[in-house]
Amino acid sequence: MTYTAWIILTACLVGITCGLIGVFLILRKTAMMADAISHTVLLGIVIAFLITREVSGPAMLIGGIAAGLLTAFLVQSLHALNVQQDAAIGIVFTTLFAIGVILISTSVGNVHLDVQHALMGEITFIPWNTVTLPVLGTIPQATLMLMIVLLIVLIFLTAFYKEWKITTFDPSLAASLGIPVMLMHYVFMSLVSITTVASFDAVGAIMVVAMLITPAASSYLWTDRLIVMLILSPLFGVLAAILGYMIAAWLDTSISGSMAFATGIIFLISFLFAPKHGLLFRKMYRTE
Amino acid sequence: MWSILLSSNMQWVLVSTMVLGVAAGAVGCLSYFRRQNLMSDSLAHAALPGVVLAFLVIGEKNMLVLIIGAAISALIGAFFIQLISTSSRISEDSSMGMILSIFYGFGIMLLTIANRSAGGNKSGLDNFIFGQAAAMVKTDVITMNILALVIIFALFIAFKEWKLYLFDPDFAQGIGLSSRGMNIFYTVLLVATIVVGIQAVGVILIAALMIIPAVSARYWAHSFSGMIILSALFGGLSGALGTFVSALGSGWPTGPFIVIAAAVVFIVSLLFGKEKGLLIRYIQFKKTQQHVQKRHLLVPATQEGDAE
Repeated sequence: MTYTAWIILTACLVGITCGLIGVFLILRKTAMMADAISHTVLLGIVIAFLITREVSGPAMLIGGIAAGLLTAFLVQSLHALNVQQDAAIGIVFTTLFAIGVILISTSVGNVHLDVQHALMGEITFIPWNTVTLPVLGTIPQATLMLMIVLLIVLIFLTAFYKEWKITTFDPSLAASLGIPVMLMHYVFMSLVSITTVASFDAVGAIMVVAMLITPAASSYLWTDRLIVMLILSPLFGVLAAILGYMIAAWLDTSISGSMAFATGIIFLISFLFAPKHGLLFRKMYRTE
Repeated sequence: MWSILLSSNMQWVLVSTMVLGVAAGAVGCLSYFRRQNLMSDSLAHAALPGVVLAFLVIGEKNMLVLIIGAAISALIGAFFIQLISTSSRISEDSSMGMILSIFYGFGIMLLTIANRSAGGNKSGLDNFIFGQAAAMVKTDVITMNILALVIIFALFIAFKEWKLYLFDPDFAQGIGLSSRGMNIFYTVLLVATIVVGIQAVGVILIAALMIIPAVSARYWAHSFSGMIILSALFGGLSGALGTFVSALGSGWPTGPFIVIAAAVVFIVSLLFGKEKGLLIRYIQFKKTQQHVQKRHLLVPATQEGDAE
């Protein structure tokens, strides 16, 4: 495959994975947790790097999951101690992120890790860092990681589809049915973490939030059905990825930044023109 | 180590991050009581495109112009968050997350263009992401101090109005205080604090300076005025301490160290604070436990077999 094709494929994989996870983030009203985890995952990656001394996929995934779970756990504990939920999020993620940045900029600064890189992503470098596999041939490491993560996310979502649905829409019913709501929460936070880690190389810590939240929020305006949302949201993600790539190529600028911007365009269109929940339709409906 | 403190530029920078910390801590209290702690986070990210656009328009790093650009872009962000969360079924935190990341992405797009046209990273705009207090020059410091003092003054002069607006909005409206006007005043104050701070602390971490001191103050103070004063104090302390430590190394970003300083203050408050700190709670728990045990010892002795 050509260089450009690899980049677009990777970006599309980010769009699909984030789009799927984002649906539940929106519906569970935990969008800002995604923002928090996307920041703290940096600390996990740095620590994984400090321990193994190499930038390897599995170590980064484990570090990322650990950091994500730590974030979810700390936020939950602070909330249990009467700290407002959003204040707890604000305290935990800024502190863990600050530790990560300090570790990078003071001790590991001369090595492979770079804050700028982590925050903005370097999708243009992805095709050069390849691995060779028996069946698939030579493919970029980041793309492979995204494929694996997408597979994990798909397995978890389909295997426990009914459980996700109930815990999302009616947690107390779920609890009374004996579904472990808290465990599901932490499993979900782990899924958010691995999605973030896998997308890190491509879009960086903050733009991944755009890919997670915006396509899902846009699809939420188009439909009332979960299954339709789960189809629309990855579709919007892919659309944003391709549109973003085109904008970036046209203006010769950051691809990840343009992808985030493209999600914004898709949301704006949905916000204005979506049937039933769009602004225009609601205006018309009101005047009639 | 102490020689850093003696350089006059450093003294100025320390003073300005301290004043900034005071302003951020005090304004953060308002967000705390409005339960909009993460608003500052998304508005700070939303300020980035404004900074870069202002730079691209005037072609140089003029602190005041960049601040105005940042303020306009953050206010547009605030407007969008308000619009999306009130006129669609997207919740407020989702719209904050969206605005945060989309504006930031747009900012990075512009930043890439700016860096290219200014020849590498010479524009120095990258400092706005993590903050670089040491990169501030005298005029920046003066601008920042004046603006921060104006913010503190604005908070102080309308103290009674703030109190009413936050704790009894119905009564406030009853005596003719426009809640719409106060909302705008609040947003402007929030945005002003953020944009004044981004040069020193950076867009990503400025929110911490507004959230953490307020929550820490909660563990020591009971009244609104006490909380604002303490929060301002904690903010100032974190600002100065973080700046000082970051100056010890060359090229160390200021923002993260300020956040760590604030986090340390928070942990100490959480453990030892006199209002529901963990230690106090534990002691009270033990006391109650002993008390209950004592009483229970007496029950079987006096009323054996009694159902009561």
